[in-house]
Amino acid sequence: MTNPERLRPLTLILIVLLVTGVAGILLWALWSMQPVASGLSLQVREHLPVSGVNAEVTAILMNFRGYDTLLEMAVLLAALLGVWHLGPLQLPQADNHPDPILETLVRFLTPVIILVTGYVLWLGGHAVGGAFQAGALLAGAGVLLLMQPRVLVLRDHLVLRIMIVAGAALFTFVAGMVMFTGGTLLEYPKQYAGALILLIEAASTVSIGLILTLLFAGGAPRHGDKE
Amino acid sequence: MSQFLWYAMVGSGLFCIGLLGLILQRHLLRRILALNVMGIGVFLIYVALAKRAGLLPDPVPHAMILTGLVVSVSATALGLVLVERVQRLHGRPELPEDS
Amino acid sequence: MNLMVLLVLTPLLGAFCTFVLPRQSRLLGMAVALVLVSAALALAWQVSSSGPIRMVAGGWDVPLGIGLYADGWSALMICLSASVGLGTSLYSLGYFGSHANNHIDKSTSAGWWPLWLLLWAALNALFLSSDVFNLYVTLELMGLAAVALVALEAHAVAAALRYLLVGLLGSMFYLLGVGLLYGLYGTVDMAELSVNVQSEPAAWVAMALMTGGLLLKAALFPLHFWLPPAHANAPAPVSAVLSALVVKAAFYVLLRLWLGPFESLATQQVGQLLGVMGAGAVLWGSVQALLAPRLKLVVAYSTVAQLGYLFLLFPLLGSTEAGAIAWYGGIWLALSHGLAKAGLFMAAGTIMHAYGHDRVADLSGTGQRLPVTLFAIGLASVNLMGLPPSGAFVGKFLLLNAAFVSGQWWWALVLITGGVLAAAYSFRILLHAFRNQESGTSYHKPHPVMEWSSLAMAVGAILLGMFSAQPLELLMVGSTLGELTLTEVAP
Repeated sequence: MTNPERLRPLTLILIVLLVTGVAGILLWALWSMQPVASGLSLQVREHLPVSGVNAEVTAILMNFRGYDTLLEMAVLLAALLGVWHLGPLQLPQADNHPDPILETLVRFLTPVIILVTGYVLWLGGHAVGGAFQAGALLAGAGVLLLMQPRVLVLRDHLVLRIMIVAGAALFTFVAGMVMFTGGTLLEYPKQYAGALILLIEAASTVSIGLILTLLFAGGAPRHGDKE
Repeated sequence: MSQFLWYAMVGSGLFCIGLLGLILQRHLLRRILALNVMGIGVFLIYVALAKRAGLLPDPVPHAMILTGLVVSVSATALGLVLVERVQRLHGRPELPEDS
Repeated sequence: MNLMVLLVLTPLLGAFCTFVLPRQSRLLGMAVALVLVSAALALAWQVSSSGPIRMVAGGWDVPLGIGLYADGWSALMICLSASVGLGTSLYSLGYFGSHANNHIDKSTSAGWWPLWLLLWAALNALFLSSDVFNLYVTLELMGLAAVALVALEAHAVAAALRYLLVGLLGSMFYLLGVGLLYGLYGTVDMAELSVNVQSEPAAWVAMALMTGGLLLKAALFPLHFWLPPAHANAPAPVSAVLSALVVKAAFYVLLRLWLGPFESLATQQVGQLLGVMGAGAVLWGSVQALLAPRLKLVVAYSTVAQLGYLFLLFPLLGSTEAGAIAWYGGIWLALSHGLAKAGLFMAAGTIMHAYGHDRVADLSGTGQRLPVTLFAIGLASVNLMGLPPSGAFVGKFLLLNAAFVSGQWWWALVLITGGVLAAAYSFRILLHAFRNQESGTSYHKPHPVMEWSSLAMAVGAILLGMFSAQPLELLMVGSTLGELTLTEVAP
């Protein structure tokens, strides 16, 4: 490590010892916890049939603890807003040495990734998968496209902004609207739970993919005409 | 040594390595990496806690980890752009009047 | 129950709308602010008439679902965030207005509304949450939005990044603590944890981790180093919200944990330690405020000092006779400080906007040109000093009373010294500001809404002192510490 030379050796040793102490205490606490507690898995399994989906993690994320997921979508948006207002986006510029390997890779992979995105989104209903995983895949495609100059042109206009907030906005809207069917916040009507969850996840996939791509681009897109 | 304890050890180790890196390193990129390592340490401990004594794993910590991951990615993204701006403004990728 | 949902979902939707329709952001933003103020008042009314409200998101039972809870304390914090929120929103109309000063470009003003509304949503969600993992998510949303808001000011990027790193460090500690609690007791609901937590090693470690993380976020001495640059360099409305609300939120979570899940672990030793750190904050922060060359830096250090007072609560809570008195006093201090500090930062921002700088030594002429602002600073200073009839006087009086009743008289010394030091740094500012104008310095007349909203905040802090009976009653609703009979401590 080049940097810690600035510190007096004594301070350095002290810090390392302290942190090692933290590690020790943490381990001691964890070791003392070995007797098994069942956690909430029993309750999750019990309520799974009425949650609208067949996968436990998805049920927790989108139904039982959906309020957390809602706020988490807002976190993503907050990060994007922060990055957006720090300056314009920065992308590789076109140069005279186009990379044939990259071009071929992008051309081949992008449609495959989009297909897999859709599959993972649908898969969330009965196995491991869902909006975040699918959104991350979509962002992968987005990043690939961005690596090639001028292939994916992001312009700041109404449609882009709507797509960015679509997932979170739909989630919030549904979370509030279901109160009019006699439930409380985020209490989906039982027969529509699965469909609503899929709808929210689909919108979220697009939003998450777009937000992550824009986060990679690192700034605000230039103004453009309405599409 | 049980599976739980192994994961817990690795998680604790990562947590503390990340903590050391955050405190001691001055290059901002390394500090952000250190924070990510700490995060992974925490998540590993969650994973360890989710599966104990050979039962089916508890899905609630897994969902919590997913949430934590999204938060971590968002924060890292914002942090990285801020690092770039700090470098542009102050010339070096370090916090001025540094700790 | 619907009110709680309204308080969280409205600003979220508002944030989305102001992002999609930036041209209408001011209209939409003010509409959201008005809805939130009404909802806050309605919530206070509902809680005071029918008692604490509980609900679970998703319609499931805790701990499978996420619990929300509003007692008198939460309702008051919601009212605080609503009043400071309204004041700041009004102030921002002038600060980011069309005839704004040069260094606020369109990008900054466009970024304000969506981020501010997300921050407001996080604050409301935090004050209403009764689930420690949900609190983690709200803390993160709050923190990220705050960092992004600080970074709107181009020169504040380093401060914003430091804030981000420190905030994330705190979050990691907190999250690890939550994990340990879940591993031990199989629940993350605060009410269930309050019943289940016992004195065992992992619980102690969880408490240490969560407390440490929250102390970082609350900027308690000596973990306060990130606060002065962040609060001093951020745009003025951002500083107002950060000092008034965001740091209080971390304190609120810590106090909730202390009174709830960690009640059995809350020993006198830990309490005294927190009290000592609080005393250090009061002394160190006040001295630094006395020395700071820029007005916003003075106000930022003053926040460090005033937060120190709040941490004197922890040792006093341990005493059976004085615990309740101390609690009411501490909350009162928190509320009035929130209003006063918001007003003070707004006033500092107005001065900066008008003169282009905020050097304390060159503040002369403020009395003539910005009398409303100066009056606001004066009233806010009365509150910082803890003089009657301000809300802080009520708070300090109660804390002093608690210190003597519990036999921990040394905290009284801290309170009194802090008041004297606050007077010193407040008079320093006022002295410079009251001097008459010397030669022509450049001056932009600020929009009147900026001056009047800062005054409104400062007046609010005073009103909290003059009309403390009803809010105190509200505070008692759902309180676990028992009632405060005012006859015992009547001034």
